[in-house]
Amino acid sequence: MNLVTATAVWLTDPAQWAGQAGIPNRLLEHVLIASISLAIALLLALPAGLAIGHTGRGAAVAASLANLGRSLPSLAVIAIAIPVTVLVDPVLGGTVLPTLVAMVVLAVPPILVNAYTGIAEVDRDLVEAGRGMGMREREILTGIELPVALPVVLGGIRSAAVQIVATATLGAIFGGGGLGRFLVDGIAQRDDGQVFGGVLLVAALAIATEVAVGLLQRLARSPGLRRGGRGPVVGIAPPPPVLGM
Amino acid sequence: MIDWGWLAGHLDAIAYRTAQHVYLAALGVAIGFAISFVLALVAARHRALYPPISALAGILYTIPSLALFAALISITGFSVVTAEVPLVMYTLVILVRNIVAGLDGVPGEVLEAADGMGHTRRQRLWRVELPLAVPLIVAGLRLATVSTIGLVTITGTISDAFGGLGYFILDGYHRGNFLTEMYAGALPSILLALGADLLFVRAQRRVTPWAHARALEATS
Repeated sequence: MNLVTATAVWLTDPAQWAGQAGIPNRLLEHVLIASISLAIALLLALPAGLAIGHTGRGAAVAASLANLGRSLPSLAVIAIAIPVTVLVDPVLGGTVLPTLVAMVVLAVPPILVNAYTGIAEVDRDLVEAGRGMGMREREILTGIELPVALPVVLGGIRSAAVQIVATATLGAIFGGGGLGRFLVDGIAQRDDGQVFGGVLLVAALAIATEVAVGLLQRLARSPGLRRGGRGPVVGIAPPPPVLGM
Repeated sequence: MIDWGWLAGHLDAIAYRTAQHVYLAALGVAIGFAISFVLALVAARHRALYPPISALAGILYTIPSLALFAALISITGFSVVTAEVPLVMYTLVILVRNIVAGLDGVPGEVLEAADGMGHTRRQRLWRVELPLAVPLIVAGLRLATVSTIGLVTITGTISDAFGGLGYFILDGYHRGNFLTEMYAGALPSILLALGADLLFVRAQRRVTPWAHARALEATS
């Protein structure tokens, strides 16, 4: 049986669409664990990133932390987390929790870096204007800097979300649920239909995540800053020097 | 907690897996760089080709690595090709983007000066544009290398024959969370990634002695 028919047969088998091991439940598990870890990563990284961008303090530390986080192999983070998570919960600590830790660790850097560079790159004239109008620091952050920087901030969240969806598949190697189950079980059982069906589902979810946050990013561009929008185009800082020359 | 006996008995295996890890990663980055270089030069000359190349690479980059490895098993079997093709594909996104950005970053006056000095297009590319793009190219190689070292660990899901240090993580897990073995894979793989990062930071400094190295953040 060739790959295409095997995949079609697997995907259209009614057994795949019901029960705990069915596609809908695996998709739900995947989205659920991804959402939880994205929420945790946002809580950790977003306030810190905004504060660093606004005050300019701690940028170097955050940059090296983010670079460290980005360098870590995800599988290694999962392995390292296991002894700690097992202490927290003997059952989940060996399966879902270490993957969750890895997902958070890998999602923090892009959110943090984009939040602070986005805020830091907001045209200083805008910030000074706000200050001159008597706005408080918090009002400047939420009323000026955040709206202008929102597309950049969301860009970081987009990278993080895609990264999280990918890392969630690895959870299946460690006995977790999610769409990765079809890949891991399919490879173990040499079931090409299941492997390829799983590949299509995982790829579709990843691309859907990318597209969804991308749309949000487009919508988030403040009307006053859109090219061809009404009023003068302000707030778009000139591109930063790339080569440092 | 640490099984020293296991470690002492597996030093050869750890050395072998480390070498395999470096080999798989280096091969992926080298092939990826060769392909990216050609693609970037084509894209830099024919601008209309860049958006489709970039979009296609972006879609590939979005697909989780485990899915790409799994997909290839059905096509190329449990061979080294199955391990390398996804590694190469992921490097393309980072490298093409950075090489094109490096070429784009060359100031117009510099190009005009080169033209004025009678450079042909080929001479201008090799003697002026590429040397000036080197810092961004090295920054791209840094990101590509570090991420490839991470991805090599996942090649262990294809077969025990691959995975580099990731083999120990997976094997230790299958032995019922045998932590000594899992850490024997996890810690050296992290050190490899950080070591490669440091190496490229040095290289970046060396190729931009006139400025503190500035890496292009690969964010969108």
